[in-house]
Amino acid sequence: MVKELEEVVDVPVVHVCTVVPISLTVGANRIDPAVAIPHPLGNPQLNRDEEFALRTSIVEKALKALSTDVNEQTVF
Amino acid sequence: MASIRVVHYLNQFFGQIGGEDKADITPFSKDGPVGPGTVLEKALGDDMPIVGTVICGDTYFNENLENATEEVITLVASFKPDLLIAGPAFNAGRYGMACGAVCAAIQEKLKIPVVTGMYEENPGADMYKKEVYIVKTGNSAAQMRTAVPALARLATRLVKGEVMGSPAEEGYLARGIRKNIFHEQRGSARAVEMLLKKLKGEPFTTEYPMPVFDRVSPRPAIKDLSKAKIALVTSGGIVPKGNPDRIESSSASKFGRYDISGINDLTEETFETAHGGYDPVYANKDADRVLPVDVMRKLEREGKIGKLHDVYYVTVGNGTSVANAKKYANAIGQELKQEKVDGIILTST
Repeated sequence: MVKELEEVVDVPVVHVCTVVPISLTVGANRIDPAVAIPHPLGNPQLNRDEEFALRTSIVEKALKALSTDVNEQTVF
Repeated sequence: MASIRVVHYLNQFFGQIGGEDKADITPFSKDGPVGPGTVLEKALGDDMPIVGTVICGDTYFNENLENATEEVITLVASFKPDLLIAGPAFNAGRYGMACGAVCAAIQEKLKIPVVTGMYEENPGADMYKKEVYIVKTGNSAAQMRTAVPALARLATRLVKGEVMGSPAEEGYLARGIRKNIFHEQRGSARAVEMLLKKLKGEPFTTEYPMPVFDRVSPRPAIKDLSKAKIALVTSGGIVPKGNPDRIESSSASKFGRYDISGINDLTEETFETAHGGYDPVYANKDADRVLPVDVMRKLEREGKIGKLHDVYYVTVGNGTSVANAKKYANAIGQELKQEKVDGIILTST
């Protein structure tokens, strides 16, 4: 999906995912490592504010990936 | 001949521990065969008993690749095996990655033959087919009956040191190894025959398949995020409560598009996951954990991004074929192109 979206829409796409090796194998160009498979952008162990802060940091990294030029597959 | 000691690797599901709620379990071992191991042992024959089974949760393995691999190696080694068989994993992505990683590590560390089985689109196949023998299987456990004998056959040949034939003859995924052979017909004659078949539109088999470079060139970065329209897409199955379009929990036949204009937070009352391939408890409680609408709204308010696109797109990435994933992404992409989004965040579980 990540490759097809990048090709069709012709804009940068960032893949937020937990198992980075799969994303690398599939061919995502911009990869933002996530927390865990059932909760990539959260952590139920944390309290509400901490979890929101964690999610914000992952999304901000995704935005950084979108606003960074890359020449090859890059894990941010 | 002395009996050959076989160890079998399984995930929590085939290891009969439980479903996604048990996918976090750490590796442990049991004596003798478990689950599909019973059938496998029969197929292997009397001189190849399964002396032990090592079981690990798929989520635990994939989230802790290095540690999990080490732990599994120790457990496998304790049985003093002559052969390791993993899976088959069919089209289960995390299970395929685990089977591939376990096989590759055992082959390297214990220097014994290893074999696993999976569907060719399993990400574990792409990742490990060059290192280990992977028997080609169907895409679901419904094909267990044909997968087990194929696995047993290849495993037997490997452990007995028999000469391995080509991938097509033996039923394993091509490893990219070329062998010199003497052919009764010279190359020029074979090439002309092939060309004639091609001209007539008849099927022919190439002797030199070209590698498929299925890569997409990275698009240039967004210059000014504060003016950018960003879209959210997920394969994690987040849908409005009640799953109005009835997106299937696995092998999804469709994708959904849902309006989130005016929505600042995904709550337990309004959104849930339709995904059947991971423990849904956390996403059902707070779907922002998969589709971060709350954070995107905050960044939108702060002016860090121009706008969160009004519509998000979703499918369930669970046993989905590559062809379908591509088809859905193409349709989603056409819409996002028309809407002139500047960047896309795709989240996966």
